[in-house]
Amino acid sequence: MIANLELVIDICLLAFLIMIVFASIKITDLFAVTMLFGIFSFVSALLFLDLDAVDVAFTEAAVGAGFTTVLMLSALRLTTRFENVKHRHSLLGLPIVILTGAALLYGVADFPNMGDANAPIHHHLAPDFIRLTQQKIDIPNIVTAVLASFRGYDTFGETVVIFSAGAAVLMLLGMGHVERKQEPEKNLILWVVVKPMIALILIFGLYVQFHGDFGAGGGFQAGVIFASGFILYSLVFGETYARKVIPATILPRLSALGVLIYGVTGLMSLISNKPFLDYNALSSNPVGGQHLGILLVEAGVGLAVFSTILLIYYSFSGREVIHYE
Amino acid sequence: MNEILGHFNYGIVILLMMMGLYIVIASSNLIKKLIGISVFQVSVFILYITFGKITGGNPPIIVDNVDVYSNPLPHVLILTAIVVGVATTSVGLALIVRIREAYGSTDEDDINDIDKNDNFYLKNRSTT
Amino acid sequence: MNLMTHLPVLIVVVPLLSAALCVLFNNRKSAWLITLLASFFCFYASINLIQIVQEVDVIIYSVGGWEAPLGIELRIDALNALMLLVLSGSAVLVSIYALKSVEKEIPVQNQVLFYTALLLVKAGLIGICVTGDAFNIFVFLEISSISTYALISLGHDRRALHASYQYLIMGTIGATFILIGIGFMYVMTGTLNIQDLSQRLPVVADTSAIRAAFAFLTIGVGIKAAMLPLHQWLPNAYAYSPSVVSTFLAATATKVAIYVLIRFQLSLFGIEFSLLQMPFNKILMILGTIGILGGSVSAIYQSNVKRMLAYSSVAQIGYILLAIGLASEPGFTAALLHIFNHALMKGTLFMALGLIAFRFASTELSVMSGIGKTMPLTMAAFLIGGLSLIGVPGTAGFISKWYLVTALLDASLWPLALVILIASVLTLIYIGRVIEVAYFQPAPEGITQQKVPKSMLVALWIFALSNIYFGLYSDISLGISSLAVNQLMGVTP
Repeated sequence: MIANLELVIDICLLAFLIMIVFASIKITDLFAVTMLFGIFSFVSALLFLDLDAVDVAFTEAAVGAGFTTVLMLSALRLTTRFENVKHRHSLLGLPIVILTGAALLYGVADFPNMGDANAPIHHHLAPDFIRLTQQKIDIPNIVTAVLASFRGYDTFGETVVIFSAGAAVLMLLGMGHVERKQEPEKNLILWVVVKPMIALILIFGLYVQFHGDFGAGGGFQAGVIFASGFILYSLVFGETYARKVIPATILPRLSALGVLIYGVTGLMSLISNKPFLDYNALSSNPVGGQHLGILLVEAGVGLAVFSTILLIYYSFSGREVIHYE
Repeated sequence: MNEILGHFNYGIVILLMMMGLYIVIASSNLIKKLIGISVFQVSVFILYITFGKITGGNPPIIVDNVDVYSNPLPHVLILTAIVVGVATTSVGLALIVRIREAYGSTDEDDINDIDKNDNFYLKNRSTT
Repeated sequence: MNLMTHLPVLIVVVPLLSAALCVLFNNRKSAWLITLLASFFCFYASINLIQIVQEVDVIIYSVGGWEAPLGIELRIDALNALMLLVLSGSAVLVSIYALKSVEKEIPVQNQVLFYTALLLVKAGLIGICVTGDAFNIFVFLEISSISTYALISLGHDRRALHASYQYLIMGTIGATFILIGIGFMYVMTGTLNIQDLSQRLPVVADTSAIRAAFAFLTIGVGIKAAMLPLHQWLPNAYAYSPSVVSTFLAATATKVAIYVLIRFQLSLFGIEFSLLQMPFNKILMILGTIGILGGSVSAIYQSNVKRMLAYSSVAQIGYILLAIGLASEPGFTAALLHIFNHALMKGTLFMALGLIAFRFASTELSVMSGIGKTMPLTMAAFLIGGLSLIGVPGTAGFISKWYLVTALLDASLWPLALVILIASVLTLIYIGRVIEVAYFQPAPEGITQQKVPKSMLVALWIFALSNIYFGLYSDISLGISSLAVNQLMGVTP
């Protein structure tokens, strides 16, 4: 009956998602829509979990439901809260969407049934990944193995993507000024509860970073979680104090350092004339080399993601609101 | 019947995708457009993960007593795609904040009107 | 350590790490220097890669030591080598030009990040052109796109912000479409490697999933390539971005998208499927022709010269798409030649405009009265670029137009050949407007000849003279293009 339970949960979650998005279309209060989007991300994370994608669920929850929602709220604070319904272009939207949807449905018709173990994708590369991870890399989390070793070049690109997003936001918004000698609003309950929470969050972040090989986790999730601890501190205790703990000026450099750690680890193999990112060359024992490579590379990712996420948050929260009318 | 059930997930996911795409095209509010893009992207992620699933499979973390693992490759791809998505969203939101400061509005139609009415206006946008 | 064997990966990694170094050092002069050195390295690498490819046909590099299709492989054949040459060459010239242009146009606190983003765009585009893995293309596409959005928004006109946002929305939809297409292909075949896909696709080519994949990939790439009717982001994005940015983008960004189109349609799906089964050759020719005429006509009505050139770029992309749509050897050769030559033409024109903007802080036609006398070197270069755009014999533009017309006549498409000639006349009209204002109208009072930065002039004139050089000695460009076409067409059965 386990398979059936998964299917039931799957259908329920999908139904939730449809309702949430439908509501988002109708509602014009952007604050409500943002919160709905946060719920949307979270329910998708649950759906990912139901579909056996634990690492993805983890990342979606941390990044989508966590960071993106905070970011959107920060942006809302700096912009307008309500949408002007009269300016909707439904006439343009519906035909395009119906056409695209029809094309997609047409395309999906030939897909193998969901969950079918005989589908082509389960027989070509997947068995090799599973087998080779046990033989050559020897870590339990296959997704981390594929991410950091087999397709490490993609992950390098991904690290650069997050780095470039940080650079882009910095170019657009700067690091913000927090000269206001503002004492944080005294809220005893929040203060007492949040302090130990932050400690736990930071420890959890470190745990996720280093246990990404053995369970769900890895550099990305760890970086976001670790940054969340600081963001929480900033939200409750005020920016001024947060920026004293981690000044905004070192964050871009940390981000660059993360990218460099990744790149230099990859370049190490070039010394023994092995290809870029070939971890076997990092140690006399290939499996040990793989472990070392994955450790270094995930550290680079974690550092880059942490600093960039925090940097982007600072850019938004440190920006002064400009009032019109 | 089996065919329909087997493709049910895909159908719903496509509906989600199209709702997201509709939000992007039909809204004139810049932030809502961006939310629509995020919804669209997350739905594509659900699509990828759906076809990686094997009925009766397990998460792709090697443990004893388990032989059937769901496909790890879509998971890796979507991890990357999620990060790309959040990067794009951040830049998009930063742009919207700047646009609001420069134009006083986050409504596309209003902005287009303002643009049409000042062709030779080279305002120095506020420095960061 | 043998440097040569690692060039395929170094040509990507060096600019990427250089971008990180720029941020680390946080110093304006060193940021420019790092950019320049990285660009020179990439150019050196691309020249070497061309030489190697001419000997061995294809260079394969398995990143991470895992062979494809398990790992990601970098695959360089003549087509990649040609693209790399165009990219790195433009990058070097733009880097030289940037020293003074950036100082003038970009606020001081953003200059280091500007160079960082420029390196990232370059690295992203190069990364697309060396990889043999479909998903990898998506990742590097987004690297270049995100940095492009930021760079465009640095234009001093506030419309740059809106232009960048529009590009972001359209570009992300395009990228997501590409992701959908890759996903569909993956579901039916189980692989992401382009070579592997090309071998596994014929078996499943007759399924709706693959046809849908083709459609989504094409539309997604079409948005990035500014293929009509998805071109709407381009005129504003080019017109309002800083000079360095519009020069670099005009020379490279859309061409890389067209490269992806060619790579997917020819190497991945195969000519038979793409252009004959799906009736895509006719669609390409129609869209291309509309682009040529629409773009050229729109250009005539612009009062901002930068916008004029942006619409002109839409027209030029139309030429390339039309050439591809012919699905013949002369057609493809013409297309590749034009990718090469257009970079030279538009590089010259946009750089000249950048110099005008340097002096007058505007690129409106009205500002350019009499600059034939007050900025003689700049206008002379613009003239050369313009002549190349029109297709005057002796310039690079003539070579690609000639090849295109011959390819059309080969296919007995006289009416379309006539369209090309009409388009040349239209080009003459809008370039002519600029020439007339510059040379035949008097300069406003008080404007005299002034010094402009030598670095910008040097870069400009290298671009300008290349137009003439490659117009007279087209062996190099022709040679690589022909080799690439042979390889592309030889792949399909």
